[in-house]
Amino acid sequence: MMANKHLMPGIAAIALLAVFPLLPVPPFWITLANNIGLASLVAIGLVLLTGVGGLTSFGQAAFCGFGAYTTAVLTTAYGFSPWVTLPLSLLVGAAVAVPLGLMTVRLSGHYLPLGTIAWGLAIYYLFGRIELLGRYDGITGIPPLNIAGYPFLSGQSIFYVIWVFVILTAIGAQNLLDSRTGRGIRALRGGGQAAEAFGVNIIRAKLIVFIFAAIVAALSGWLYAHMQRSVNSTPFGLNMGIEYMLMAVVGGSGYIWGAIFGSAFVLIVKEILQRVMPELVGTGINVEMVVFGVLLVAILQLARNGLWPMVARLMPPKGQLQIPTSVRKLAKRTLAPAGSPLIKVDRARKAFGGLVAVSDVSFEVKAGQIVGLIGPNGAGKSTTFNLITGIASLTSGSVSYQGQPLTGNSPREIAKHGIARTFQHAKILPDMSVLENVALGAHLRGSAGVLRSFLRMDREEEATLLAEAAYQLDRVGLGQYRDRPAGDLALGQIRILEIARALAADPTILLLDEPAAGLRHGEKQELAALLNKLRQEGVSVLLVEHDMGFVMGLVDHLVVLDFGTLIAEGRPAEVRRHPAVVAAYLGGVA
Amino acid sequence: MSRNLLELTDIHVSYGRAEVLHGISLAMRPGSIVTVIGANGAGKTTLLNAVMGVIPSTGAILYDGAPVPRSVEARVAAGLCLVPEKRELFSSMTVEDNIELGGFLRRASERGETREEVYTRFPRLAERRKQLAGTLSGGERQMLALARALMSRPRLLLLDEPSLGLAPKIVVDILNIVSELRKTGVAILLVEQNARAALEIADEGYLVELGEVRRSGPAAELAVDPALMESYLGAHS
Amino acid sequence: MHLDATIATFLIQDGLTNGAVYALLGLAIVLVFSVTRVIFIPQGEFVAYGALTLATLDTGNVPGTPKLLLCFGVAAFLLDLWSWRRDLKVDALLRNIALNLGLPLLIYGAVLYLAPLQLPSVVRVLITVSIIAPMGLYVYRIAYRPLADASVLVLLITSVGVHLAMLGLGLIFFGPEGLRAAPLHDGSFTMGPLLVTAQSVLIYLMTILIMIALYFFFEKTLLGKALRATAVNRLGARLVGVRTQLTGVTAFVLAATIAALSGVLMGPITTIYYDTGFLIGLKGFVAAILGGMGSFPVTAIAAIGVGMVESFASFFASNYKEIIVFGLIVPVLIWLSIGAIHHEEE
Repeated sequence: MMANKHLMPGIAAIALLAVFPLLPVPPFWITLANNIGLASLVAIGLVLLTGVGGLTSFGQAAFCGFGAYTTAVLTTAYGFSPWVTLPLSLLVGAAVAVPLGLMTVRLSGHYLPLGTIAWGLAIYYLFGRIELLGRYDGITGIPPLNIAGYPFLSGQSIFYVIWVFVILTAIGAQNLLDSRTGRGIRALRGGGQAAEAFGVNIIRAKLIVFIFAAIVAALSGWLYAHMQRSVNSTPFGLNMGIEYMLMAVVGGSGYIWGAIFGSAFVLIVKEILQRVMPELVGTGINVEMVVFGVLLVAILQLARNGLWPMVARLMPPKGQLQIPTSVRKLAKRTLAPAGSPLIKVDRARKAFGGLVAVSDVSFEVKAGQIVGLIGPNGAGKSTTFNLITGIASLTSGSVSYQGQPLTGNSPREIAKHGIARTFQHAKILPDMSVLENVALGAHLRGSAGVLRSFLRMDREEEATLLAEAAYQLDRVGLGQYRDRPAGDLALGQIRILEIARALAADPTILLLDEPAAGLRHGEKQELAALLNKLRQEGVSVLLVEHDMGFVMGLVDHLVVLDFGTLIAEGRPAEVRRHPAVVAAYLGGVA
Repeated sequence: MSRNLLELTDIHVSYGRAEVLHGISLAMRPGSIVTVIGANGAGKTTLLNAVMGVIPSTGAILYDGAPVPRSVEARVAAGLCLVPEKRELFSSMTVEDNIELGGFLRRASERGETREEVYTRFPRLAERRKQLAGTLSGGERQMLALARALMSRPRLLLLDEPSLGLAPKIVVDILNIVSELRKTGVAILLVEQNARAALEIADEGYLVELGEVRRSGPAAELAVDPALMESYLGAHS
Repeated sequence: MHLDATIATFLIQDGLTNGAVYALLGLAIVLVFSVTRVIFIPQGEFVAYGALTLATLDTGNVPGTPKLLLCFGVAAFLLDLWSWRRDLKVDALLRNIALNLGLPLLIYGAVLYLAPLQLPSVVRVLITVSIIAPMGLYVYRIAYRPLADASVLVLLITSVGVHLAMLGLGLIFFGPEGLRAAPLHDGSFTMGPLLVTAQSVLIYLMTILIMIALYFFFEKTLLGKALRATAVNRLGARLVGVRTQLTGVTAFVLAATIAALSGVLMGPITTIYYDTGFLIGLKGFVAAILGGMGSFPVTAIAAIGVGMVESFASFFASNYKEIIVFGLIVPVLIWLSIGAIHHEEE
């Protein structure tokens, strides 16, 4: 049972939770624990939204409000059973999140939080003004939850309901993160460019986390309504929204269990301040806002990853990930016959305003070849590369792949053709394991969605994807680093990791953006040996490079650019002697 | 015998875990032009940024015989000035404002004086005083970047690829201006892709390869060194 | 009651008055954001501090803000001391003591002496501004300077923390009761059918004056140009010797000054509570967002629009006033997001 040792603290925590209400504790401890549970739900959503997805919201309290009011209205005015209103409350939360999400997720980072502050306030005022919602007085007489006639009236009984939901949500959220969809969401933090190059729909991934966060907040609201048995607009205002953010920040960005820790920390501190401070200073001075404000700033300044990582260090380490050996094989693309044209660039042109960066460049990459695109700094290599990968759009001319035009395709669509790339400034996720980084490459070879991942019904597919990733790591010789965080690798290994990730997409062609830049001599030789090996296995490669020494002994065909135009093309040895190439590299005599 | 204006000893720079400069040493005399050449990715720009303090480095940087101040701003005040590869102009401000800001740390009277000198040296810029920097052509931008740098009255000018992205004829103009500048007594540490042209105007040259100095010596000798060709175009295979 | 010409002109005047103040606040937000990338949410607290300080001074009492300023100064002093614990230089220490301890002490002493003297209202306004403006400096030093390299999002969450802390401090130092300052001038005159109060004319004049002063500062002074330069190109500004701290402090002190003045202008026309400033500041935000967080003129015009919408909403649907005003950013976000789609396709 060695592998399961890391589960022990979790099991102990659950056992403690189970007996907690039975212990002779003061009743307000139970109330506090219930409130911690309710807040944890919202904070788990925020951790996914902010910590993992990189989106920030101060408006989560408003989603609690939608959940709470939905059930309050339906149970009191229309006599619905609370269990019937549960899905309806969640649905309303999601239905509100969709348009708000569509409005903001495309915008640059700070519009979402600013937007959430504005509509968070608007919704809060709205709750207090609508007749149906009882205006400022709110709605009272909400029925308690009940199962088979047993009503959950006491704090002790609702405690179990709340914490069962918290634990299920936390486990579900953890499942989601450890899945194909989750990897796409986690890749958002690095800017999403790598994720998009492997077929992740970024807008959709952002919407998914936004809606998920809204749904768990609505769940918290639904529970709150049936615990409190009455609702008014007070707990759904901006101040609560800020408090939820504080909980997520205290817990730490990106840690599901940290959300529960953060909620407990903040609410216990609040309780202490409210009980102890009046005794200390005598009057009922409200210092909790000041303390929370200072705490928030101090954590951002001193421990930007929150306090949970410090707690997590005390826990036993996670065992090595077991990858089943006998799994279903993934479908593979049939490679084009060697020598047939794969990528054809035809009179490609790119102008930025009046400046022509690439001027009518034409060349071809044939299957089974390694082609080098070289030139001095500013020659237009990177722009040409971006035209092929869909990052930049053509001004005129065309790029086609096996006869199909790629012009106008997004990086995501280009990835679907089986074109996989690496980045000049390596875009890996340093906190994710080497294996998971590579598995991101296989995104398009799986199909599990949010629900299947959340309910852990994606395990067979997930095992296949991870096995594929492990296979590619062995193929490039990084197998021993599988479970290490990718950020631990040296630059040369990271470059090779990016190649493994590209290979996991089962590409017909690899596009490498300056793979040798910044590498030491030995690392370059290893990289060249790997590329040679891949060519023998039938992989075609187009690489942009400025290091002539590196490409010379490696490539089959060289294309040389200078000032945006093609100045020479051919076998490396010939190109090297070409006078225009010598002048471009060393400069003419002034 | 006067002492060195700049003396670098064993400079190391790392980005994250990757070290890109592995101990570079270099010395230059007041009023001289020293060029650092080498293939793209050798670490030339990194070296200039380290000297300016834009990125952290380890090793000793002696300027005028004493350790160089810590912050970028203090280094500007001490007479260092970097013209970066991307120029970093204030594109939505006028040529005049860009030049004015170059003398931010100088007294108003000095600023006025230097401004006149700068406009005399770059009549093109004087004509375009009121134009926004973002609307200038590539060559004019480079001139403006140089003009802005001169406004700080530097004793050591760090030029990063002044000819980058410019048409060959303008490259000649810019490099002529650079060699003219030395007559005012300013020392120039020049990083250039265009190795032949750079060695033509420099006194000393350093050939950098993979973050280390491979060859150094008088510019004229370096220009005919076979290591130069090999470094740029790869070894014969 | 239905809308007639008299009511309409009254509503327009009201909208203009509030809009003018929102414009000032919106400008300060854009200024701070473009120079420091900080989204200046605690601005509203500076507004409230300004109004409440003036109202307390009106009664001849000593407001809580000078003491608060002293606390800020001590905190900044201690943080500086901590950051210099390895190499402490005497001249830097002396400068630090003068700035962080001497200045607030001086202001505190001056207020203690001047507050009971029943001085003319203009002097009371000047005292108010000189208490609040230096707070910008200390808030920058304490909360934001250590985070100079952080992302916009981290800075924004920081701002929310600062807002919360300053809101709590406002409650501690001023209590939960609202205060209303005496008008700087209580005259009024009629213009056709319209009764114009001197206070509203004062607001228009002050707004225009501050805008002219800002224009002059940014176009004609080297420091102003350095601020613009920092906004355009941070690295470029450092390379000509403009210290990020200098521009950051300047932006914050300017913003605190503008906020304090806005509070002084708003104080006599509405009752201000410790938490009113936040709502007022947010309306400045709505204007700044409408201006894309970058354009001064669009922000100013949008602010007048916000004031108008608010004024007419309070007549037609007073219950829904805040909802309508904060809902205003929704169409803007939609518009910006459509723009973002186009950008993506490019």
